[in-house]
Amino acid sequence: MVKTFYLTKKQTTLLEKLSQAMGISGNEGEVRSVILEEIRPYISDHQVDALGNLLVTRQGSANNRLKVMVAAHMDEVGFMIAADDGEGIFRFESVGGIDVRQLPGKSVLVGKDHLPGVIGARPIHLTTASERQNKIPLEKLRIDVGPGKNPIKPGDQAVFNTNFRRVGPSLIGKALDDRLGVAVLIELIKDAPENIDLQAAFTVQEEIGSRGARVAAFSFKPDLAFVVDSTPANDLPSWDDAENVTYNTHLGEGPAIYVADGATLSDPRLIRLLKQTAEKESIPFQLRQPGGGGTDAGTIHKQAGGIPSVSVSIPGRYSHTAAGVARVSDYVNTVALLKATLRSIQPEFLAQERK
Amino acid sequence: MKSLIQKLTETFSPSGYEQEIREVVRAEVEPFADEVRIDPLGSLIVRKGKVGKNGKRIMLAGHMDEIGLIASHIDENGFIRFSGIGGLVAHTLLGGRVHFVNGVSGVIGGERIMDVGKTLPVTQLFIDVGASSPKDCPVKIGDVASFDRPFFDMGHRMVAKSMDDRIGCAVMIESLRSLKSSPNELYFTFTTQEEVGLRGAVASAFGIDPELGLSLDVTGTGDTPKSRKMDVKLGDGPAIKIKDGGMLSDPRVVQWMINTAEKEKIPYQREILEAGTTDATVIQLTHAGVPAGCLSIPCRYVHSPSEMVDTNDVENAIKLLIALISAPIRL
Repeated sequence: MVKTFYLTKKQTTLLEKLSQAMGISGNEGEVRSVILEEIRPYISDHQVDALGNLLVTRQGSANNRLKVMVAAHMDEVGFMIAADDGEGIFRFESVGGIDVRQLPGKSVLVGKDHLPGVIGARPIHLTTASERQNKIPLEKLRIDVGPGKNPIKPGDQAVFNTNFRRVGPSLIGKALDDRLGVAVLIELIKDAPENIDLQAAFTVQEEIGSRGARVAAFSFKPDLAFVVDSTPANDLPSWDDAENVTYNTHLGEGPAIYVADGATLSDPRLIRLLKQTAEKESIPFQLRQPGGGGTDAGTIHKQAGGIPSVSVSIPGRYSHTAAGVARVSDYVNTVALLKATLRSIQPEFLAQERK
Repeated sequence: MKSLIQKLTETFSPSGYEQEIREVVRAEVEPFADEVRIDPLGSLIVRKGKVGKNGKRIMLAGHMDEIGLIASHIDENGFIRFSGIGGLVAHTLLGGRVHFVNGVSGVIGGERIMDVGKTLPVTQLFIDVGASSPKDCPVKIGDVASFDRPFFDMGHRMVAKSMDDRIGCAVMIESLRSLKSSPNELYFTFTTQEEVGLRGAVASAFGIDPELGLSLDVTGTGDTPKSRKMDVKLGDGPAIKIKDGGMLSDPRVVQWMINTAEKEKIPYQREILEAGTTDATVIQLTHAGVPAGCLSIPCRYVHSPSEMVDTNDVENAIKLLIALISAPIRL
């Protein structure tokens, strides 16, 4: 039997608001506002630090509580307007890891007013066969918002213009990396456990080197940390039917627990805790294939004398492109796994062997 | 000393999984320590002494971890695909044997070689542990392994896997054992996760907040046929690092090390290492900055399963380290 995963209207609306908010690295204000509006009834206090991280603490009531940081990044990959060529044509730079091959022909939104524009490309009628063999470099691309008065200035941000949709078991939208993680954190704050002090960091500038998380961890100085992110699923079958051995993660198989990526070796005690909790609660999970890449854990775990850390990701296809695809079930199961895991953390947790 | 080196190098503990080596080191140092603690990232911090007259708080760092492999996929026939932990040298892998931390042994095989002039990249290699399906494979995704090679004593030379940096650990352990007295507060720090980017030392240096930092690690040599140009040889003494790929040693620290070696008539070499770096790099940048340097043990075939050091170099490194930390230091 296929289990159906239910999202309330409110939850879906929140995911939509988060996905459609504009927030390239360094310009996360809009996302921060959406989050604050959502969590305000549940918190007594919050802090926006010098780099723009939104820091929220919910203290538990038990004795001997560990301080547990949870982090998800607010920023997304996107573009920054670099120069005005006149007539509504703008040069731009990319912010974060974007494959330039995917840009021509994409619709974008520019600046505070979300002005629609397009990354133009010469149509097939006017290109030669050899031109079509090569990628168009970023320097040759322009964002076109049309002529007439506009308030766009160099330094303004632009993002992919993609409407968020729930389609059957799937979520389709831009910036699912890491607005899904942001939504998970919001759920954790709303239902904070009593056995720990929950320190939630909605971080900035992850996509350009986990810069926000670094200072957030220093402020919190937690005993341990969970990072909630989105990781690519490269799970389509191979064209020649060979076994796909580089899938990274699979959609629909549950939250992806990290053992090792390019920036962090997860604390073995935390990996074990997540696995055991998932098994106990019958929540499906998968291990992300060890390899490269990195999350906010990469800077968090080295801060302030060392912070045992682990990442959990919601798998997403087509990450860092105009439209990603994730599964509702993976989102729901990630929330469930983290809630159950946080509740099971005892004060003596760190005394156990690392093995 | 050799039996200690054998014990250390025959322990399997890749980065992030230093449990076993930490226990081995702990047993060796505990009788000589004033305080032993494990920090949040797993580094073993052994304090000896208190700051006395003209003394300093000194962090000595040698890393316990070694390069290794991590299973990334078990295929339908039970072969294990893997990624590296730390800087694997692909052309030393094929045909090698590995030992998983969970006790399973395996051999490294490769896909068909289409061009004999080319090394197979890690993505075309796999580990065979004798399984024939994911179900009967005793290794799961995320399990870690390191090279499986026994220690080999050639007399004036020693060969083993993970000389990098168990030899630095051995120098620290032997120095702690033989140390008579010191005005300094010494933190013998056996760090973790060095091979994946000096991560353990970042954390432990912040915690210790030292006034002086010294790492004990291996360095390359330029003394083998058609090797890279490097003015360090096996057998010419421990090397005093002046520069490597990540750090300019504090010139005062370099001078102090050279002066001490000359005064004690201990042979030494001046080291410039073009690529690679050590824990001292991150110690140097801790808090508001820390004068730092590195005492290196020359080592051939670094990051291969057979790393070679010279016995006299190791003994002289111990002598020099003891001389360095036994007296007041004025930079």
